[in-house]
Amino acid sequence: MIIGLDMGGTHVDAVLIDHGKIIKTSKIPTEPNNLLESVWKTLKPLIAGVKPDEIERVILSTTICTNAIVEEKTAPVGMIIESGPGLPCDFLACGQENIFTEGYIDHRGREVSPINPAEINRASNAFKNKNISACAVVGKFSVRNPDHEIKIYDMLKNDFSPVTLGHTVSGKLNFPRRVFTSYFNSAVYSTFSRFSNSIVDALKREKINAKLYVLKADGGTMGLESAEKFPVNTILSGPAASIMGGQAFFNTSKDGVFLDIGGTTTDIAFLADGVPLFEPLGIKIGEYPTLVRALYSVSMGLGGDSEVRVENGILHIGPYRKGSPMALGGPCPTPTDAMIAQGLLDIGSKEKAVDAMKDIAGPLDLNIQEAASLVLQTMANMIKEKVDKLLFEINSHPVYTVKELLYGKKINPEFVQAIGGPAKILAPILENSFKIPCFYPKFYEAANAVGAALAKTTAEITVFVDTAQGTLLVPEIGLCKKIERNYTLEDAKLLAVELLSKQLSILGAEAGEIQPEIVEESVFNIVRGFYTSGKNMRIRVQAKPGLLYEMWGDKDA
Amino acid sequence: MLKAKNRLGLVFFPAFDWAISPTHPEREERLLYTQDQIFEEGINDIEGIKFYNPNIASNKDIERVHFCVPSVEDRATTSHMISAGGAIKAAEAVMEGEADKAFALVRPPGHHAQRVVYGDRGFCIINIEAIMLENLRARYGHRRVAIIDTDCHHGDGTQDIYWNDRDTLFISFHQDGRTLYPGTGFIDEFGGPGAIGYNINVPLPPGTGQEGFLYVLDNLVLPILDEYKPELIVNSAGQDNHYTDPLTNMNFTAWGYAELNHRLNPDIAVLEGGYSIEGALPYVNLGIILAMAGLDYSHVREPDYDPAKLKQPQKITEYIKELCETIYKRWRNKESIAQEIIKGKEEIIRKRNVYYDTDGIMEYQTQRFKVCNKCSGVNMIESTSDRGMPIFAVTIPQDACPSCIDEGYKMYKEADAQNYFRIYLQDRKNDIFFKRHL
Repeated sequence: MIIGLDMGGTHVDAVLIDHGKIIKTSKIPTEPNNLLESVWKTLKPLIAGVKPDEIERVILSTTICTNAIVEEKTAPVGMIIESGPGLPCDFLACGQENIFTEGYIDHRGREVSPINPAEINRASNAFKNKNISACAVVGKFSVRNPDHEIKIYDMLKNDFSPVTLGHTVSGKLNFPRRVFTSYFNSAVYSTFSRFSNSIVDALKREKINAKLYVLKADGGTMGLESAEKFPVNTILSGPAASIMGGQAFFNTSKDGVFLDIGGTTTDIAFLADGVPLFEPLGIKIGEYPTLVRALYSVSMGLGGDSEVRVENGILHIGPYRKGSPMALGGPCPTPTDAMIAQGLLDIGSKEKAVDAMKDIAGPLDLNIQEAASLVLQTMANMIKEKVDKLLFEINSHPVYTVKELLYGKKINPEFVQAIGGPAKILAPILENSFKIPCFYPKFYEAANAVGAALAKTTAEITVFVDTAQGTLLVPEIGLCKKIERNYTLEDAKLLAVELLSKQLSILGAEAGEIQPEIVEESVFNIVRGFYTSGKNMRIRVQAKPGLLYEMWGDKDA
Repeated sequence: MLKAKNRLGLVFFPAFDWAISPTHPEREERLLYTQDQIFEEGINDIEGIKFYNPNIASNKDIERVHFCVPSVEDRATTSHMISAGGAIKAAEAVMEGEADKAFALVRPPGHHAQRVVYGDRGFCIINIEAIMLENLRARYGHRRVAIIDTDCHHGDGTQDIYWNDRDTLFISFHQDGRTLYPGTGFIDEFGGPGAIGYNINVPLPPGTGQEGFLYVLDNLVLPILDEYKPELIVNSAGQDNHYTDPLTNMNFTAWGYAELNHRLNPDIAVLEGGYSIEGALPYVNLGIILAMAGLDYSHVREPDYDPAKLKQPQKITEYIKELCETIYKRWRNKESIAQEIIKGKEEIIRKRNVYYDTDGIMEYQTQRFKVCNKCSGVNMIESTSDRGMPIFAVTIPQDACPSCIDEGYKMYKEADAQNYFRIYLQDRKNDIFFKRHL
């Protein structure tokens, strides 16, 4: 049996699954000051009557690191940044102490100027003086040659923990994002390890010996040990849980829109040929763009509890939630009130819901029913508008080859899938707005926990080959080796797949779920004057997010 | 995070799947390291900088500018249509108010492509700046434009296209034609009868460095622009004046390109040549992007940059100073120079041979420009090549007077199809293109 647990900002959702069948679900409000307690309050009823050794894996989707950042409860970080020539570097300062150092690696990975050890020692002393124990070391083009980062690490490793190295967080090029990602990783490191230690202890207490995984923002999982090393990858995994949950209930190879409609917000995601879309580089944490691999998801301030008002004869919904719906004693009309007033939902006081709709109906010169249906239709239209705008942006995403430009895939949704509280009621209204079918799964309220439960292990690596210099580099796993001049793209692809498979099993994947796929491959000649002096190859291989089982028995309602 | 002072539109299209040939400098990896540098610097995350996909130029876009022999389809590949379309997209972002400035980092380049196109000259088949500019004029109305060509090679194609158009001031500074392809671009190439003085060449001696380029800009180009008052400035931004370029002999730097761009302050820049794909392009392109975005470019520096090695000799400094004075005087005296050239003439005839170096074609051309006191005058080209295919082509200018329009149509209709492989009429006034053959 598998336990999936999604710790959100308002609720903790958990689900117990046995061979693709939902056995039990459980939901309790999150206690922000005692997350562990919230987890146990959710798990207790779930595992009542289940033998501990029947549970094979537990997958957590946790907001613990996200919250630490939002509440500014992260550890202070000492940053060593080797910025080289190019953009001015002051905007990269993100730690409590930022030391910009000499040394430079160029775009081919060649050392232009070396590191200065005296400078690193001064940085080390400065960190110690400020009682900083977490560090990060990031150099420009370190993913093309991590040598400087490794040398600096060797000087710091005995005095500091953790020391996050830029080249290990991602193989993608983007120096500012590498700096911010490394910073966050070191900043949330101790928060996450406290959390993981207490989870491990608590499971032991219950004699549960299951493998423990953590959900990442890319819709995949990693083992707890990897999560302890790279806790930054657990940040903002909430939307990924619901997207994967949606996938579990609806197996498709079509393009589609995925909506998670909550009380405060609606998260929008897309499927291209049935596969969820990724952020091209990584997720944004607060104001900082990072290289944390993530499923594409955009949140809009529109949900069942959003404030509804009429201004100058025009109906407005959101973007804020002022409290509960009026039917539940809240301060202002909401879409939920509209649902209750129309008799679509039976909670709270219908009388108060009708009163709420009077506030809307009056100034618009409508009757109660007309006002309520206008509210819901407006909500659906607003979602549709936002979806159209996002689609336009995604479909005009830059491409770099003639072939891509001429034959580039454009996303053209053929269906909408909705989950979350209001999903069932809004489905027919959304269908009317989008003019394509709109589904919602039977377990539309627990889909996120299901997504967490069933997610497979994911990983991505980049292989960079330069035959002129005779080097092969895989920054994410710190592999750097010499190769022959006649090394081919085929050799590199085979190695990439092999390395990723190995990486996946280190992350906790079981043999059956390992399916690497090559997502990018290119080979260029290296030009020296007018002569070709070697080949430059770039390969990216990933295990895309996927599910252990599909919920065949609990498909769309 | 960083925020750009100017909203900058970037069309970055490296065409990673297109090359002239596997060993040609104009091949797949030309913008590879530029891409690496731009990505690593995180340019796409800077607020205010937006990346656009190119448009694809249409045949109509090409035919506003060129006479492709026998046809657009036979000469320009899809890559060329995308490169021109990339320049169009950049201009569109500016004209639509989405961006304050735009830079088209596209390939292949275009500034050696002249009005008649039998083949590929200097890696260029169609002139991407001219196609962009004429598309923009057709869509957004008539505009007074200055094109500043900072490529190390003379922009002979752009010169030919705007030879007789005083609404397009063309200034090219380049390595002296006596020492570099295409061997043109001397100061007496000064414009056709309708636009004498509006084609300005600044042939610079090999070894010109930062000092020299900025001197030309400050003491010649900017004063002329002040007087001309263009509504739009386009930089034909070739990057082969760089000290590492394998094809040229100049000593310009990445910082210098950024500084020049900052002082010139163009609305639109379009990448032209530049074949030091590892040592120069990543840094020069970064410098230009930062300068156009109004960001700090003072840290842009090549790994092997050594100011002492690149110091411009005094002799060159003196030479450039004199050259600028001479050219500036000619600009001030353009009216009297014009009177002298066209005095009593009804038409001006130019006979030229044009060599298509990439394809090895020789073209024999006669251009006739009517001297008209009401407009810039109808003009025609009679041409053939060593592969045959003789053509007759008429251009009615955008400001044409009724009698020049009539004369243009008459010439087109009366041209004897027996004598020519193709006969063309480019009616710029009405934005129509006609073509006929036997």
